[in-house]
Amino acid sequence: MHVSPTVNGTTQAHDVEPRLLLVHYLRDVVGLTATNVGCDTSSCGACTVLLDGESVKSCTVLAVQADGAEIVTVEALARDDELHPVQQAFRENHGLQCGYCTPGMVMAALSLLREHPDPTEEEVREGLEGNLCRCTGYHNIVKAVLAAAGMPGATGVRA
Amino acid sequence: MIPAPFDFVRASSVDDALAALAEHGDEAKLLAGGHSLLPLMKLRLATPAVLVDVGHLGELSYVEDGGDHAAIGALTRHRALETSDLLRREAPILPAAAATVGDPQVRHRGTLGGSLAHGDPASDLPAVALALRATMVVRGPQGEREVPADEFFRGFLETAVGPDEMLTEVRVPKVAGAGWAFEKFTRRSQDWAIVGVAAVHNGSTGVALVNMGPVPLRATAVQAALAAGATAADAAAVADEGMDPSADLHADADYRRHLARVLVRRALERAGA
Repeated sequence: MHVSPTVNGTTQAHDVEPRLLLVHYLRDVVGLTATNVGCDTSSCGACTVLLDGESVKSCTVLAVQADGAEIVTVEALARDDELHPVQQAFRENHGLQCGYCTPGMVMAALSLLREHPDPTEEEVREGLEGNLCRCTGYHNIVKAVLAAAGMPGATGVRA
Repeated sequence: MIPAPFDFVRASSVDDALAALAEHGDEAKLLAGGHSLLPLMKLRLATPAVLVDVGHLGELSYVEDGGDHAAIGALTRHRALETSDLLRREAPILPAAAATVGDPQVRHRGTLGGSLAHGDPASDLPAVALALRATMVVRGPQGEREVPADEFFRGFLETAVGPDEMLTEVRVPKVAGAGWAFEKFTRRSQDWAIVGVAAVHNGSTGVALVNMGPVPLRATAVQAALAAGATAADAAAVADEGMDPSADLHADADYRRHLARVLVRRALERAGA
């Protein structure tokens, strides 16, 4: 089946099997491997990307459902050596340990900040309920998102 | 995990979707947000031969003022329920419960109609539909029919929607000013409720339970006790009467019965019943 989503600003065109999951489409067909497969059961959020501006778990979306949609993965955030404000905040606040959940965490945080530009700590904790960090490094992740909220351009994507 | 192969039909309208269902019959399943169906397909617990995708149909994504009720398009996503001013004003239990479904990513994709038509007794919104005494609008080859919430849930993952029909709208009575509560107990915030309860007190009281049997259930014993003048505490003591909850990894049947009694008491007290 033919699909033509826009991924990180570039229009794609591929023939795919209807059962192909969006996360596998992004990783194996488009070649963007920053988005991780974690639990593969829509629990952990490692595969979170933006679909038409909102966070979704790409292991629970078919590539054919994203035909014509606008997808943003974590690869689109940094520009050359300049990190996106959310990435910068994760770095400065040590918001990662092993790093496996980080791409999904950053995308979930970006979506959260779009819905709550000035969140309380409770809103951040609840807003990240769909993302698991098995290093249990939540405290610094929450600090990072709260720090990012005060940074210019935190909700923007330049792709 | 990869679903078994299937054919994919992207419906261009409700009529187009109904035509596809008529053509493929029992072999076809409607796909809305996919957050109930796709996990089952990945586990090969569901293997439909054809998926008819309706998730993108804007014509069924709306919350409108229907006079004495709010009319909600079946493909309205949980996030849109959460943020609807009309619903916050006229039926606040629905946006409040929608805000506790899964997690933000799930709420960005999942739809009201998809959740109800899936008929999972562990889902939150079927109990809310029962407590609110919502009406489902179902469209099929013979036209449109209305099904009260009490007649909608027929068996485990089975509803009144026939294989050639589609749930198109949910009508929720306006209950501005009514007391209400939605309580659920989960091990992790994003999990399905081990037990949940929806209560709406608007003169009489509607009470329904999540995950206390094979279908979303009305707590008839509680409602009867309240109607006969029982206190909230006394009515809650019969919350599990006539119910046959299942046992699983998270809870045995007795624990579910205990949770039902505790959560119903809390819900009735909060709802002012």
